[in-house]
This record gives sequence, C-alpha cells and structure tokens, in this order.
Amino acid sequence: MRVTIDESRCQGHGRCYSIAPGLFESDDLGNGVVLGDGIVASDQERHAHLAVANCPEGAVRIEGA
Amino acid sequence: MSHLPVADFATDFDHTDAAWVNDPYPIYEDLRARCPVAHSDRYGGAWLPVRHEDVTAIANDHEHFTSRNVVVNEGRPGPQAPPAPIGVAPPITSDPPFHQLARRLLLPAFSPKAINELEGYTRELCTQLLDGLGDVDHLDAAVDYAQHIPVGVIAKMLGFPPEDGDLFRGFVHIILEGVDLPFEERIASFEPLGAYFEAQIIDHQEHPRDDLTDFLLNVEMNGQRLEMRHVFGTMVLLLAAGIDTTWSAIGASIWHLARTKADRTRLVDEPELMPIAIEELLRAYAPVTMARLVKEDFDFQGHPMKKDDWVLLSFPAANRDPGVFERADEVVIDREVNRHAAFGLGVHRCVGSNLARMELRVALECFLERFPEFHLADESAVTWARGQVRGPRTLPLVVG
Ligand code: HEM
Ligand code: SF4
Repeated sequence: MRVTIDESRCQGHGRCYSIAPGLFESDDLGNGVVLGDGIVASDQERHAHLAVANCPEGAVRIEGA
Repeated sequence: MSHLPVADFATDFDHTDAAWVNDPYPIYEDLRARCPVAHSDRYGGAWLPVRHEDVTAIANDHEHFTSRNVVVNEGRPGPQAPPAPIGVAPPITSDPPFHQLARRLLLPAFSPKAINELEGYTRELCTQLLDGLGDVDHLDAAVDYAQHIPVGVIAKMLGFPPEDGDLFRGFVHIILEGVDLPFEERIASFEPLGAYFEAQIIDHQEHPRDDLTDFLLNVEMNGQRLEMRHVFGTMVLLLAAGIDTTWSAIGASIWHLARTKADRTRLVDEPELMPIAIEELLRAYAPVTMARLVKEDFDFQGHPMKKDDWVLLSFPAANRDPGVFERADEVVIDREVNRHAAFGLGVHRCVGSNLARMELRVALECFLERFPEFHLADESAVTWARGQVRGPRTLPLVVG
C-alpha cells in the first residue's frame, strides 16, 4: 500500500499530517507532502485510511491496497 | 436597522433574522429537503445552497463566481472600488490567478511550524485571563475569556499595542455585523479603522521591528513591494478574519461543553482526544459563512442567477449534510471520519487554520484544566452574533 497527494487538489488543510505524522509532513506553506516513498507499513494502514477520509479536498489517495 | 421578519426562508431568507441568529440548523435542514438552493430578494438578490456538493461546486467555480466581496450587504462594489482580481482585502477578495500570489505571501507566516512557536504565548495569555478572574463562581466565557484570546495573539503577530484590543473588536464588529446599514453609512463607519491602520503603518515605518506588519511592508511580489492599499487591506483582513471567527469557535465549543456533561468529562479524563474533538466542534458549530457574487447571468442547476446576485456559501450547512456525515446533527466528540469544511474549500482555504486550531485547542485545554465543572447559568441569556460569523457573544456560566 502506498499513499500519494494530488498537489493540484491539496489546499493545505493540514489534516493528513496531523492525523498521520508517520506518513505526511507539512511544507513551508502548510501543504501536505508524502514522507519518503509513501509506502505504508502495516501498523500505519489505519492512519493512511483516516488521512484519506479526512482530507476535505479529496487530495490524499491510496494505491495498491 | 433590522429587516422585516422572514416568513419563508426558501423564498425570502435573511441571515440577520432572529430565527437564523438563534438557531440556523433547522433552517438548513428544512431547505435541504425543500429547495435545496433558496432565494431571497433581500440585499438586492441572494441565493443560498445548503448541500455539501453545491457548496463545494461553487467554492471551486471561479468562472461564474467572484470573491470581489465576501460579506453580503446592501451595496455592491462600486465602479471606483478596486476591481477583480485584486479587490479590497487580498487574498480573500481576490480571484485567480492574482489570488494565488497574494495568498502565497501569507502562508509561511501561518504554517504549522510558525504557529507552533506561538503556542507558549497563547497558553500564557489564556492562563493570565483565567488567573485574572480570581476566585469566581460565575463568569461570561464569551466576554471574559474567549474574545480576548484571538485579539491578543493577532495583536502580538502584527506588533500592535496589546491595550488596543477593544478598539480592534469595535472595527471588526462594524465590518461583520453592520451589514444591514445603508451603504453610505456602512462606508463612513470604516473611517476610524483607516486612520488607526495608517498610524500603525507609519509607526512601523519609523520604528522597524520583526513582526507581521514589517513583513507585509517589506515583502515583494513580482519583484516589487506591495502597494500600500494591498498592505492595508491584508492587515484589515487579518483582524477581520481572525478575531470574531476564533472567538466564535472557542465560545461555541465552551457552550457545547457547558450543556453536554458527558463530552466535558470525557475531555477532562482523556485530554489526548482534544485534537479530534476540536475538529468535531468545528464541524458542528462552524462559525463562518462566506459569500460570492455572480459574475454574469447564468443558470445554476435550474436557478436563474443574475449578475451581481449574492451567493451565501454556507460551510456550516455543508457540515451538517447527512449525505456526507453520519449523524450529521449530533456532536460525536470522537468522530474519526470528518471531512468538514469549517475552514472553507478550494483555493481560499483559511490561511489562519493552523493558528485557529492551536488557539481553540489551547483555550479549551486551559479552561478545562481550570474549570473541570461548569454549566450554563441561564440558557436564555446566551446571545449569538448575527451575520456571517456565528458564535456566542454572551455566555454566562456557573463554574466550579
Ligand atoms: C475558527 C476560526 C476560523 C474559521 C472558522 C475561519 C474560516 C475561514 C473560511 C471559511 C475561509 C474561506 C473564505 C472563502 O472561501 O471565501 C477563511 C479564509 C481566510 N481566513 Fe479564516 N477562519 C478562522 C480563523 C482565522 C484566523 C485566526 C486567521 C488569521 C489571523 C484567518 C485568516 C484567513 C484569511 C487570510 C483567509 C483568506 C484566505 C484566501 O482567501 O486565500 N482565519 N477563513
Ligand atoms: S489534508 Fe488534504 S488538503 Fe490538507 S494538507 Fe493534507 S492533502 Fe492537503
């Protein structure tokens, strides 16, 4: 499983990096950035799903679930 | 300067009507079932979508809607007003593509990292306010506590004298609540605010220091410093956008906790729930409704919108849409799936959202630590702000 952020949709609500600091961080403007290659360890899967479910712009996605 | 009472919100809505001010949620629900885009001839013509999907569509549609004015009032921006895409208070009154430039300038000052640095100051401020109350059994959580927090923090950020708090609140009141004044009176009421900002800007030019005002005076856009009216507009915006909004969010949250013992005890016992709880309180009591103007006549889902009609962009109504949120009308204090729109949707997402969240969290943490027990002194004595920012303006509590 891998997380991505669609930059064209992200508006910096900051929900992803608050909910899943192990998967996302903020850039200097407050927009979400995927940490590393975005591969989700099994103990982070719940956080990945919550990040998707809480992004108001629908910018966080999961690939290869 | 009140308007006639509203008989039917579907055809004659008015967000300054007493019924709306006291409790707008049943109105949204009724309209969602009946319309779901309501119309009113008031304010020269206005529309009100209440479904999440319609609010989202309009927030993202810059072809048909402009942010040139975001506060519904009796007038329209005149021909001499700064035109789109810049508007009077960039970036909130700006449209793309200029909007993005004006917004980017501000974002670093409000990034999570920058805001973390203000948490200590905010906690100190909240503690001081609570200590200043002394050994009380009654207090007004809106007047004695909530309203001072955003004022203190933004004054600190802008480098304005902290003792001018009452003055700012007066200005903000005029911008946000004097919306049914006749147009000329409304414009005249802005004069003292202009004079105050001018004095602050001159003081900063003469005595440079490291704060947000200096930053705005020196920052460059396209290789040039900002025009003075841009600096001025942005400073007005930061006061107007940051104060009543956060005051409302803190007040509405305390109001909810005063009426809901189970949620209050849970937050006292499980402080780690606070970040999730504040998102739910922001969803359920979203304080901010924005507006757009229709650019040219066009048909929105069968509704004949006319050039210069207002559209009330109700994030509070979107947040209560049962098509998007389970148990939408209930506060579920540990709601984990919460894609709420309290800070807006699309390119105008609240620049101050990290700041507002920090202030709300710290304000509630300090309050609950000091007063683990409290309830409303008198339900009927609670009053709510009228207009597009909603929150309690008097909130008498029995504490301890
Ligand atoms: C709980 C408190 C707050 C709420 C609910 C809130 C809500 C909003 C909303 C809904 C918008 C979108 C406007 C639109 O779509 O036209 C917005 C924009 C904005 N807010 Fe906030 N706000 C809050 C606090 C703050 C604070 C503390 C500041 C800064 C001091 C701030 C600064 C701004 C700015 C500058 C914009 C314009 C952004 C743009 O147009 O790109 N807000 N806010
Ligand atoms: S929650 Fe969505 S919009 Fe917000 S920072 Fe993350 S990806 Fe961007």
